[in-house]
Amino acid sequence: MQNRAALKETPNYSTAKIRWSKASKKISLITGIVLLFLVGSFFFLPWLWLLSSSLKTLDQIFIQPPQWIPKPIDWSNFSKAITYIPFFQYMANTLVICAFVVVGRVISCSLVAYGFSRIRWPGRDFVFVLVLATMMLPFQVSMIPLYVIFSRVHLVNTIVPLVLPAFFGDAFFIFLLRQFFLSIPHELQEAAIIDGANHFDIYWRVILPLARPALITLVIFSFLWTYTDFQGPLIYLTSPQKWTLSLGLRGYFSVHGAQWSLLMAASLLFTLPGLILFFFAQRSFIEGIVTTGLK
Amino acid sequence: MYGILFISPWIIGFLVFQLYPIVMSLYYSFTNFSLIKPPDWIGLSNYILLFTKDKNFYLALSNTLYIALIGVPVQLVFSFICALLLNQKIRSQVFFRTIYIVPTIMPAVATAILFRWVFNPEIGLVNSLLASVHINGPTWFADPNWAKPTLIIMLCWTVGSTIIIYLAGLQGVPTELYESAEIEGANGLQKLGFITIPLISPITLFNLITGLIYAFQMFTEPFTLSGGTDASTLGRPQGSLLFYSIYLYQNAFYFTRMGKASAMAWVLLVVIMIVTLVTLRTGNRWTNYEIR
Repeated sequence: MQNRAALKETPNYSTAKIRWSKASKKISLITGIVLLFLVGSFFFLPWLWLLSSSLKTLDQIFIQPPQWIPKPIDWSNFSKAITYIPFFQYMANTLVICAFVVVGRVISCSLVAYGFSRIRWPGRDFVFVLVLATMMLPFQVSMIPLYVIFSRVHLVNTIVPLVLPAFFGDAFFIFLLRQFFLSIPHELQEAAIIDGANHFDIYWRVILPLARPALITLVIFSFLWTYTDFQGPLIYLTSPQKWTLSLGLRGYFSVHGAQWSLLMAASLLFTLPGLILFFFAQRSFIEGIVTTGLK
Repeated sequence: MYGILFISPWIIGFLVFQLYPIVMSLYYSFTNFSLIKPPDWIGLSNYILLFTKDKNFYLALSNTLYIALIGVPVQLVFSFICALLLNQKIRSQVFFRTIYIVPTIMPAVATAILFRWVFNPEIGLVNSLLASVHINGPTWFADPNWAKPTLIIMLCWTVGSTIIIYLAGLQGVPTELYESAEIEGANGLQKLGFITIPLISPITLFNLITGLIYAFQMFTEPFTLSGGTDASTLGRPQGSLLFYSIYLYQNAFYFTRMGKASAMAWVLLVVIMIVTLVTLRTGNRWTNYEIR
């Protein structure tokens, strides 16, 4: 022990230790950057592959080893893809459903969230816990009886089953908006009451305008999740003319296999609206995930 | 009461779209309902047959448990590592963060189709890369032994939102803690294990539970991967991708055994509740909510 203590006092030992800790910091930094690139390529390469495949003709797809940049570049896959299946019809179907759902959610969730945050009433927080609890329910439990209900009123194969529930609130977005509403200062509400406003006025003139960031987040996520929804349309949209794009992509598969270059082109087009939305609204997008995750 | 007026849309929605269906599905689970005929009461038959005579039930359950108990932790660890990588103080982090997160935007159907193509045994991205270093890759999604692990790899591609949540958590850890640890002589790994991981443990618990709930209901990806055009081919290859929600869907809408499917739904509900409760209970032991 004494030797070790004495050793630590020698100048060579301490400079060596400083040099080692500096070197190990450099090593960690380089390792970190290398890993950042390696993992980044895991995330990036599939996109490149997607783009590359969508620009190849059918024979170019089979060339081994595969070329990343096809020679020549074939842009016709995109025009072929949108005629191989009724692409625009499907896109229109999808967007109509999205529009209804977004409108329904904005109206219903903001009203309900107002009720849970800006008004005091007995049992309010208990009922809110119930709302949260419903988020844990698996969709499968209510799936079949819901189908039966809609089937009895002959609303299967319409967009009503996919759109109607949005007008009655959604636990996740009610939670999101309620948290946001709670952060709005009371003074504004009190001032409006002094001016003679009732709750609906406060909702419409005070809270909603202030809640724009949260509403934008709601719109973005509602749109994205409805746009990409598969199981709902699969169950309820039985005739091909009513299909959404999620369902329509199956049209590129056949008994003989798949039209891979067309499929890749179509998948890219399908993903495009989401990509554009993401790049324009990146901050709202990330903030939305963070607020719901950390609270 | 104005309060109740404002939340009335939710109340109506809850009663019509949630409470009533849940009660009805419990009822259907005790019948042989098939939508075309009115339901006849058959008691516990559905449940008994499910547990004794239905091999696919156990197959579906074990596949789903595999994805939940192995796949979710793998995704969590991976997304945590990604968050650590993205938290480094380097320029152009915005660029990398975009790359890591953008895959979440892709519709699940498109992701599944893309990865089916990426892992194509002959001319896909992965096997072509492997072939260039003279490795004969497995057939990935076409091989019953590789199908689920390949699915987990695909799911790791989409963990962007989990990464965002972890990143936000990492940035909430006070830097003074790291500085005082460095003064004490802690190295990188020690800082990770004694400061970082304990302090973001509530986030890990949250991500774990939400991940598990998602895994138990996962439908779109396995459906698209194992055929996706015909309800009879679901679960290919050899049932290795037959997940619980897929088998449930098959029973309800392909075989129109809605009574049996309702029983399956209730079994799923119980399983999810048990798993969630167990995770929460044990979670309380390893999460720290305050800095000591």
